[in-house]
Amino acid sequence: MRRLSLTRYHRAAPLVLLFVLLAGITTAASFVQSTPASATAEASADDISEGSKLFAANCATCHGLDAQGTEGVAPSLIGVGAAAVDFQVGTGRMPMQASGPQAIAKTVQFNQDQIDQLAAYVASLAPGPAVPDADAVDPALGNAANGMALFRTNCAMCHGSVGGGGALTQGKYAPSLWATTPTHIYEAMLVGPQSMPVFNNANITPEDKRDIIAYLDEQRNGAPGGAALGAIGPVAEGLWAWILGMGIIVGFTVWIGVRSS
Amino acid sequence: MTDTKTLPTATRLNRAAGATANWADERTSIGAFTKFLARKIFPDHWSFMLGEVALYSFIVLLLSGVILTAFFVPSMDFVHYEGEFAQLKGVEMSKAFESTIHMSFEVPGGLLMRQIHHWAALIFTAAIVTHMARVFFTGAFRKPREINWLIGFTLMILSLAAGFTGYSLPDDVLSGNGLRIIDGVIRSIPILGSYISYWLFGGEFPGEALIPRMFTAHILLIPALILSLIAVHLFLVFLQKHTQYPGPGRTDKNVVGLPLFPVYTAKAGGFFFVVFGVIALLGALFQINPVWNYGPYDPSPVSAGTQPDWYMLFIDGGLRIMPGQVEVVLWGYTLSLNILIPAVIMPGLFFGFLALYPWIESWATGDRGERHVLDRPRNAPVRTGIGVALITFYVVLVLEGSNDIVANLFRLSINDLTILFRIAVFALPVLAFWVTKRIAMGLQRKDRELVLHGHETGRIVRFDNGEYIEVHEPLSDEERWMLVSYQNLKPRELAPEHNEHGVRRKGYRWDRFKAALSRFYYEDRVEPVTPAELHEAHEHHKAEIEGMAARSEAHSAARADAAADKAPADA
Ligand code: HEC
Ligand code: HEC
Ligand code: HEM
Repeated sequence: MRRLSLTRYHRAAPLVLLFVLLAGITTAASFVQSTPASATAEASADDISEGSKLFAANCATCHGLDAQGTEGVAPSLIGVGAAAVDFQVGTGRMPMQASGPQAIAKTVQFNQDQIDQLAAYVASLAPGPAVPDADAVDPALGNAANGMALFRTNCAMCHGSVGGGGALTQGKYAPSLWATTPTHIYEAMLVGPQSMPVFNNANITPEDKRDIIAYLDEQRNGAPGGAALGAIGPVAEGLWAWILGMGIIVGFTVWIGVRSS
Repeated sequence: MTDTKTLPTATRLNRAAGATANWADERTSIGAFTKFLARKIFPDHWSFMLGEVALYSFIVLLLSGVILTAFFVPSMDFVHYEGEFAQLKGVEMSKAFESTIHMSFEVPGGLLMRQIHHWAALIFTAAIVTHMARVFFTGAFRKPREINWLIGFTLMILSLAAGFTGYSLPDDVLSGNGLRIIDGVIRSIPILGSYISYWLFGGEFPGEALIPRMFTAHILLIPALILSLIAVHLFLVFLQKHTQYPGPGRTDKNVVGLPLFPVYTAKAGGFFFVVFGVIALLGALFQINPVWNYGPYDPSPVSAGTQPDWYMLFIDGGLRIMPGQVEVVLWGYTLSLNILIPAVIMPGLFFGFLALYPWIESWATGDRGERHVLDRPRNAPVRTGIGVALITFYVVLVLEGSNDIVANLFRLSINDLTILFRIAVFALPVLAFWVTKRIAMGLQRKDRELVLHGHETGRIVRFDNGEYIEVHEPLSDEERWMLVSYQNLKPRELAPEHNEHGVRRKGYRWDRFKAALSRFYYEDRVEPVTPAELHEAHEHHKAEIEGMAARSEAHSAARADAAADKAPADA
């Protein structure tokens, strides 16, 4: 469904180079690497020991050998739970690379099995939020209207009215949510990555979380009324009105002027 | 005034027109008037069509607006949405919002009409601004058109009011945020603010009176004002005749162009459909103001990317650029300078300057004559510089108004951007003024060179004596006319402060101000080429060429002599 909506967006992006350029500008923000969703299997002792090895090789330099954290480098992971690891590694944020305003979502470096093993290892250190199961994140079971109301009051101030993304202070930003898997959306609320607040289950119930997922999923069915111009509101509309609308019209006046004299 | 006409040859169209006119004349004796209109001469230039763009997009607004009015319910009563759109099922909302959603998803063609209407509004305001810029940069506002400039200015303000009231009607979160900001702006006005706000909203914000009130303003009051002012505006264009660009035979006393009928009527009719077509295309292909994404108004949420339509964005930019620390408390009253300055005083000065501009410039020129020939922007370097500086100022504020979007797009820090814009909003306009003025004067100098020395042809001629010259081709009379016929304004002389009796003259200060203004405008200038200079340049060129030819002849003669001397020896 996500593929479909992305390609549809591009097909709507019109013929002229200008169109492509504008579309490029307005959508540039919305590309985020994604991974297939998965439900958690029960963690075995095997997984935990495999995870521990992976952790030592890839994460310990920053988070410490026992995930206890390193002062001034990286936080402790004791008690962050499997959900945090699945989200951070599954969206490509961890292992963290460049130091910048916030952890960038890069290409995912592990396959889902390895991520599950890492998650199992971190979860074994202390109890924490678990990865949600498939039903908990199934958009078909959610109520988009309720999700929209919740999204508007809890998320839109950072992520924009339909999850197109937005700027935060000091170069930080809330990313676009259009390509995020339902599981990662759920986990993001549960663990509150970096500058994002935590929305625990008392704050937004698991059903409400699923409603939010349903609302975000609705956005992937294409925009009523034509190309959404990045869904960033009146600024993009104004830019298009000037460049495209006035561009063509003024072009015509010049053309008519030349033709008639 | 004498009209210089180029009559088109008789065509079938012309004959048909004649017959029609006859028919109408025999019944209404409208003939004289029609003839007056049809024979009206209109000069030709693409930039003269920008006003038409505004007119046509306004017509599109009227047409699409009438259809929207048939479905929109201007009421703040609450209902639950029971329509087809999943995202809003069962949600409580005002009737205004519900009817907008209903119109978008259940009325066939409703969404298209909404989108056409909104895109038309953006194009309308953009066309007005572009038209205004054309009038400004060419000096079309000079005597006798100051009044029409003011009428145009009022139209521009009315178009902002039309846009803003329309934008606010659907009662969605985004427009509600906008209204809340306007409410805050009004309240920042000392003493009167809160009273005005109560009066406007019929009580505490948001109240229940606003949507019906704005509806009346939006569909009746403002369009009626715009329509009648457009009528006056166009009537004045007819009455005062249109200005023309400088060119052969064009003076402040005539109009050179083509008759309104059939040339311009046909062109204008076709052009209407171009404008309509572009707007319809935008409406059909691109989503605009998707209120269903913003949701029904509720004062608490504000989403990222909350901005007004582009024409109000500069005020938003002003609010964002202003440091918040300038709010002061005086005797228990809060004076919100952080809002008052950017959202009331700044636009007030900006618009006030624009409204008064024709008079400001006339203080500097002291010119009392009628000006029907336009300036090429380069020939008024200071005015052009001021115009570009104003646009730069405006654009910086628009960018600051979009700072979150710019920051997100280019992954910059929004805080750094704001600091950057705080500097840019003062520095860039000054820089833009200076650079533009320099460029304009550079172009004037280039024109001077061209008039004096003609076009470079790239043809190099080598004389026998080895000397090279490039052949310059003199300008045609048309070209030269264009380049030399501009008003060469000089700074005004200031009469002495005291008269012969040693008494201080009344109005001296005002004169001194005008003289200073005049110096600012006309101290640096490039004089147009005078006939004497031109003559001299031609003589010079002739002498140069003749001299060279003479030298060259002498040279070849000498060579011939030498050859002749040698000849016998060879034989
Ligand atoms: C280059 C150093 C670095 C490496 C390598 C690294 N991390 Fe991190 N990690 C960080 C930093 C710094 C943060 C805190 C980010 C922030 O708050 O902005 C973090 C945060 C996290 C969090 C979120 C903690 C919370 O409180 O929610 C998890 C989970 C995590 N890392 C897991 C991992 C895993 C698993 C690996 C190995 C695959 C890894 N990290 C590798 C530096 C690193
Ligand atoms: C204070 C602003 C803020 C709020 C409120 C907020 N977020 Fe976020 N969100 C962020 C930031 C910042 C990130 C990026 C975190 C990072 O990687 O550093 C983020 C990341 C995410 C991601 C990960 C996206 C991806 O593909 O990488 C999801 C999903 C998400 N948020 C969902 C939500 C939802 C759902 C809500 C409302 C319940 C919400 N957020 C509320 C700021 C916010
Ligand atoms: C609703 C908005 C407006 C409409 C429909 C409109 C329409 C027009 C039209 C059709 C013309 C004749 C063609 C042309 O020169 O472009 C014109 C001329 C003119 N307009 Fe406007 N206009 C509008 C707003 C403005 C504004 C905002 C200003 C400036 C403040 C302005 C100032 C003038 C002036 C001075 C002329 C005479 C130009 C000349 O003779 O060279 N108008 N207008």
